[in-house]
Amino acid sequence: MTLALQKSVTAVRRGAIRIDNVVKSYGKGDAKIVAVDHCSLDIPGGEICMIVGPSGCGKTTLLNAIAGFHDITSGRILIDDEELCGPNKPKAQPGPDRVVVFQNGALFPWKTALENVMYGPVRQGVMTKSQARDKARSLLSDVGLSDVEDNYPGEISSGMRRRVEIARALINDPRVLLLDEPYRALDALTKSVMHESLLNVYYRNRVTIFFITHDLEEAVFLGHRVVISTSRPCRPKKIIPVDIDHPRDHRVVTSRRFREIMEETGALVREEAMAAFRAGDKEG
Amino acid sequence: MVELSQVAPREAGKVEGVRARARRRARQKQILMMMIGFSLFFGAWYLAVDILKLPRFSKLPGLREVIVEWFSPNPVYGISIFTPEYYQHILVSLARIGTAFFTATALGVPLGLMLGWSEKFREYVFPVFETLRPIPILAWVPISIILFNGSEISVIFLTFIASFFVTTLNTMQGVRSIDETYFRAAACLGATPHQIFRDVVIPGTLPSIFTGLQISVGVAWFSLVAAEMVSGEYGLGYLINTAYTKIQYPTIAIGMFTLGIVGYLSSSLVRFVGNRLMQWRLREIGAAS
Repeated sequence: MTLALQKSVTAVRRGAIRIDNVVKSYGKGDAKIVAVDHCSLDIPGGEICMIVGPSGCGKTTLLNAIAGFHDITSGRILIDDEELCGPNKPKAQPGPDRVVVFQNGALFPWKTALENVMYGPVRQGVMTKSQARDKARSLLSDVGLSDVEDNYPGEISSGMRRRVEIARALINDPRVLLLDEPYRALDALTKSVMHESLLNVYYRNRVTIFFITHDLEEAVFLGHRVVISTSRPCRPKKIIPVDIDHPRDHRVVTSRRFREIMEETGALVREEAMAAFRAGDKEG
Repeated sequence: MVELSQVAPREAGKVEGVRARARRRARQKQILMMMIGFSLFFGAWYLAVDILKLPRFSKLPGLREVIVEWFSPNPVYGISIFTPEYYQHILVSLARIGTAFFTATALGVPLGLMLGWSEKFREYVFPVFETLRPIPILAWVPISIILFNGSEISVIFLTFIASFFVTTLNTMQGVRSIDETYFRAAACLGATPHQIFRDVVIPGTLPSIFTGLQISVGVAWFSLVAAEMVSGEYGLGYLINTAYTKIQYPTIAIGMFTLGIVGYLSSSLVRFVGNRLMQWRLREIGAAS
């Protein structure tokens, strides 16, 4: 329904996500909770699509359905016109074409940064160990982490861990990168450094990014489009195109256009946050 | 951003030096405290038995008597560091512990992994397991004697039983406490269930396994001594029990301290092996402190 809104990405790229009338509910009868309600969204390949909504609004449920961590009640999800899940197959199979970067991080603590990044291609058998090592080293150097490749995740800062995790996802050459509030626990300064690092990586390979956040500034800074979600059940309330040219850097934040978009989206997000507040939902 | 990540390791080198010095100081302080602790303990013993001759303690062996006996080439009651019998008792106990502990580990760890990994298996096996687990070791004595005619195997069996339950339970809890996101991450990266078991379940459970093994080696000694007091011809538990019936009180103390020392050494060995296998954990803790 919103395909025409795409401006910054002109060529047709792989990794287009189509979310078609997806419903996800838990429980039955009176105890039934609808987490995602008739949600439809089209994300063209190569777009950074930011989903913004209050905590606990069902955004993560949608992401988990795309990743294949749980099933959907009805509707369909397609990537590049391939059906991931639908009426005949309610649960998608998780796989390296849709890698998730998790809220609290999920690097294996018992593997070094380098071993973590190498993990995917070696296990899938698509690269030899030495090919994977070379590729992993170059990806880690892209995110500025060559010095810590032999460190364990427990030895490096949480900002570094997030960058390693992005590298671990990208080495698989995924069609879609699914980010679930990955920078939530970081301080504001580290966060802005992370954003630039993510964009730098993105400009190299233009992978489709499905990014969940409740930080509006993060959403407007990174996204081609910002999807404001209603609060439980989750459904796109409004889709706002961010007409600021990529490549962007931190200076964008002080521009007039950025502020205008922030104001416009801010009002909508506040509405939903208030609705969630009145519904007795708790921040968490 | 690039500057940040380049500065960090250079600074880290300096920090490492400071940390090493702080660790050394902490270690020295630790040893000092340990010496004070031992002095207080032995001082209190010496004072209560040798000097003050308190009524309750009058029949106990005194510190001086025990030390003289322990290190005497001609011990009054036949057991000291110069008699081959002393080492035979230690070796027999160690061999029993070794056999029981390794069997318990070899069976308990795989069973625990399976119990944690497969819900169906857990539903079949766990209730039986939980029914048998609370039975005290001494209650197993008659069964073990009926099962194994020779006293040697029944002693090892009793030691094994206690160890086995602890190891299995800790391993199972370890599997179940692994964060769900590691499984999800591995699935995302294209790992098969078999690979997930090898790359997530086993390394993720290792810390719990070794916590379990530390406890397991402790309860192994505990039940070994109980078993040796019931049956057996050698071993430290046997030594303590016969010394008691023959009124050779200093030998009781020698047996007890020897138990303490070999027990401590055996759990240090388990800890050492655990640390070797889990470098990542060691470094993590080092970085956090």
